[in-house]
Amino acid sequence: MSAIAVSTTINGDEVEFLCQAEETLLDVLRERLGLTGAKEGCGTGDCGACSVMVDGRLVCACLVLGAEAEGRSIETIEGMANGDELHPLQTKFLEHAALQCGVCTPGFLVAAKALLDANPDPTEEEIRFWLAGNLCRCTGYDKIVRAVQDAAQELRGS
Amino acid sequence: MSVAKSLPHDAAPLHVTGTARYVDDIPLPANTLHLAFGLSEVAHGEIVSVDLDAVWAAPGVITVLTAADLPHENDVSPAPLPEPMLAVDTVHYVGQPIFLVVATSHLAARKAAKLGRIDIKPLPALFSVDEAMAADSRFEDGPRIYSKGDAAQAISQSPHILEGSIEMGGQEHFYLEGQAAAAMPQEGGDMIVYSSTQHPTEIQHKVAHALGTHMNAVRVETRRMGGGFGGKESQGNALAVSCAVAASITGKPCKMRYDRDDDMIITGKRHDFRIDYRVGFDDEGRISGVEFLQLCRCGWSIDLSLPVADRAMLHADNAYAIPNMRVESHRLKTNTQSATAYRGFGGPQGMLGIERVLDHVAHAIGRDPMEVRRLNYYRDMGDTGPGTGQRFGGKHSPNAEDIGPETTHYGMPVEDFVLHGMTEALVEKSDYFRRKAAVSEWNASHATLKKGIALSPVKFGISFTLTHLNQAGALVHVYQDGSIHMNHGGTEMGQGLFQKVAQVAAARFGVGAEQVKITATDTAKVPNTSATAASSGSDLNGMAVQAACDTIRARLASFVAERAGTDPADVRFEDGAVHVGNQALPFEDVVSDAYLARISLSSTGFYATPKVAWDRIKGEGRPFFYFSYGVAVTEVVVDTLTGENRILRADILHDCGASLNPAIDIGQIEGGYVQGAGWLTTEELIWDSEGRLRTHAPSTYKIPACSDRPDIFNVSLWDGENREKTVYRSKAVGEPPFMLGISAHCALSDAVAACGAGYPDLNAPATAEEVLASIGRARS
Ligand code: FES
Ligand code: FES
Repeated sequence: MSAIAVSTTINGDEVEFLCQAEETLLDVLRERLGLTGAKEGCGTGDCGACSVMVDGRLVCACLVLGAEAEGRSIETIEGMANGDELHPLQTKFLEHAALQCGVCTPGFLVAAKALLDANPDPTEEEIRFWLAGNLCRCTGYDKIVRAVQDAAQELRGS
Repeated sequence: MSVAKSLPHDAAPLHVTGTARYVDDIPLPANTLHLAFGLSEVAHGEIVSVDLDAVWAAPGVITVLTAADLPHENDVSPAPLPEPMLAVDTVHYVGQPIFLVVATSHLAARKAAKLGRIDIKPLPALFSVDEAMAADSRFEDGPRIYSKGDAAQAISQSPHILEGSIEMGGQEHFYLEGQAAAAMPQEGGDMIVYSSTQHPTEIQHKVAHALGTHMNAVRVETRRMGGGFGGKESQGNALAVSCAVAASITGKPCKMRYDRDDDMIITGKRHDFRIDYRVGFDDEGRISGVEFLQLCRCGWSIDLSLPVADRAMLHADNAYAIPNMRVESHRLKTNTQSATAYRGFGGPQGMLGIERVLDHVAHAIGRDPMEVRRLNYYRDMGDTGPGTGQRFGGKHSPNAEDIGPETTHYGMPVEDFVLHGMTEALVEKSDYFRRKAAVSEWNASHATLKKGIALSPVKFGISFTLTHLNQAGALVHVYQDGSIHMNHGGTEMGQGLFQKVAQVAAARFGVGAEQVKITATDTAKVPNTSATAASSGSDLNGMAVQAACDTIRARLASFVAERAGTDPADVRFEDGAVHVGNQALPFEDVVSDAYLARISLSSTGFYATPKVAWDRIKGEGRPFFYFSYGVAVTEVVVDTLTGENRILRADILHDCGASLNPAIDIGQIEGGYVQGAGWLTTEELIWDSEGRLRTHAPSTYKIPACSDRPDIFNVSLWDGENREKTVYRSKAVGEPPFMLGISAHCALSDAVAACGAGYPDLNAPATAEEVLASIGRARS
């Protein structure tokens, strides 16, 4: 099978890669581009561990084909911090101890950022239901919700 | 001091930036090969023929191996009985690996693995515990029985007698990172293995046997797991062994990870149980005798089922001093996945059995179940610890010192019982009585939505019941610049073990935790380790690291004391300095001087848990060093038309002794409770009549999501100290909070009981369907 050439933008950088038609965006990110922050928790769109943004829209990278990245702008967890300066969501996840094994963390952060970009002042219930597509087996979610609430407040304040 | 501080998880900055590496993230050479298993589609049968032509012909396939092609041992069992990695002659469950595909990509391997044509002549398959009992299909010669007093007689002489039965389902671990391993062949046939495992030493052992070599030729490294929960105690063996064998045959690096469906279909889960009971009690609800029949479904191979079933028996009393007790346990062999370790290791099942009994007794006499629980608690030992912080204890019972502790049904004295005080504190904190009254009021005036509230306690035994496993080793180096490198046999699966133990090391040297480098678990650094399991991680490894640090510290103390002409006993390590006489020398300077004076700055450390001694056949002795305690109050609401339900509020008080890191411990408690409540509510495993697991992905198997989080969730720590000499008097925290989730099940039962006069007989998981069925039972 011949490979498909794709040009796209990832975390602001122009990127070109070759992939097979059947490869998902998640495969491409992890295996071709070395961006292993997005994780495969299920491969079927049910766990959110692979969450990334495509043209400003929150998607499961396991449900998008690599070839579909052509001409689009992709944002991943690797692009969330500004150099050494963490995004407030990242800082709040640290402060609130909102992670244990950490596999779900990149997906939660990407999804939470998508929420706060669209709705800077979500209610606790809006946060819980927005993040219901991201599974975490370790934390019980309480600290995650608190971290997001706290980050939202900080982002509104600044 | 760096202990008792809420420092963040050591790798948290890596996690939030997506740069923490799990096995599947480790960069491997471009020629790495990928592996997948071809699986049995039949639950029990004889393999008549295996046609792998299509597999060999599939794109990217390098080689295909069956049991006959394995160069040495074909065994991945964690127990003395063998468990073939690839099926030989017979298959025993749907999902059993039959052949191994080695291909150029993960996808190519998986696609090829579907192309095997295996002709299997079906044999009769056993799925349920009843079928297995009828066929006498079991592990061990017969049932194990632990008893105390004469339960049958005590029950027959009681004013009231009840009988009942509860079924409890298994549970998929659903570690978010699936099983994964990679192997890198080395010169001279040596092998390096990266494995997502709780038990690197066992991987090393199994790989060595599979390669026909010694353990010293195999090095296993585990930096972290993306969750384990017991599911990576033995279930990673097959992947690591496959990678090592394929790497040794092909001479190339090999990697294997299960995709989620394969992971759920192949690997073992929590044991499901049916527990039948008969109980005798008086008008107040005081229990005089209980008989339990525990039917434990083990699946096709023995794995860790014996110690799991033992622990279920050992927790059949939970917090209750029952004078006459008999527990009969059958370990049944069925044609399903081999059930394995899962957080609590049988404890939750045993505990749910007795909590059900307490609930049933209270219902029968119409008393508040919380009061009946308290009435039956073990004698309060609240004031005997060296520093039980909140001294609520001692009020409810005669002075413990006069009478001494009561003993369990396996003869262990309960010397550290603090649940009287904890219960009293939580009843107050959670406003239990007022809310209980409000729930009754609500139920009296609402027909459709019924509420329930329940309190349940946890008393969980800490130690491996296989006594020799209660040992640990550590290796600590102090470098010339004063930086510290720490290694121990424990593995990090998110529980914060590495951080807690690093805090211990830092505290011993009186430096900041950031000065201690945390490194991957490595069988080449610390040998012969036990699995990170049984909640023992910090207890064992913390002590081993402490011992290693103290050896180095003693050398440094003698060195500076001799120089200053003082007694080494007067040297203190605090605030980044070594204090001798009235001098405070920077730690780094002392270290570099010691190096120049040719003093060894490296040491191993070792720890073996004291006091434990246990005969698992007789059921006598002291299997546990101590007990961890907790208590939870959960309030729920049930829709009586649909059975749908949710947790409204949870209040928890948990005993971590003197916590090494309160933030990490509270995280364990919250996560444990939610996982425990998930087990008993939404997490339902369904096998069809052919033995196929139909719930093999998150689309059909429902673990709690963010939207299920209780609206109000209050967790606090019982501010006490371990009366046993553990590391900084802390207590183990990994498993015990899981069982706090039982209060959610009891609360659901309470809500259902408001629908009618009958006992709800609520089974687990209490899915909407099960709740609806139990509403029918309550009404009939
Ligand atoms: S891996 Fe994409 S949603 Fe689970
Ligand atoms: S921290 Fe482990 S899955 Fe969320």
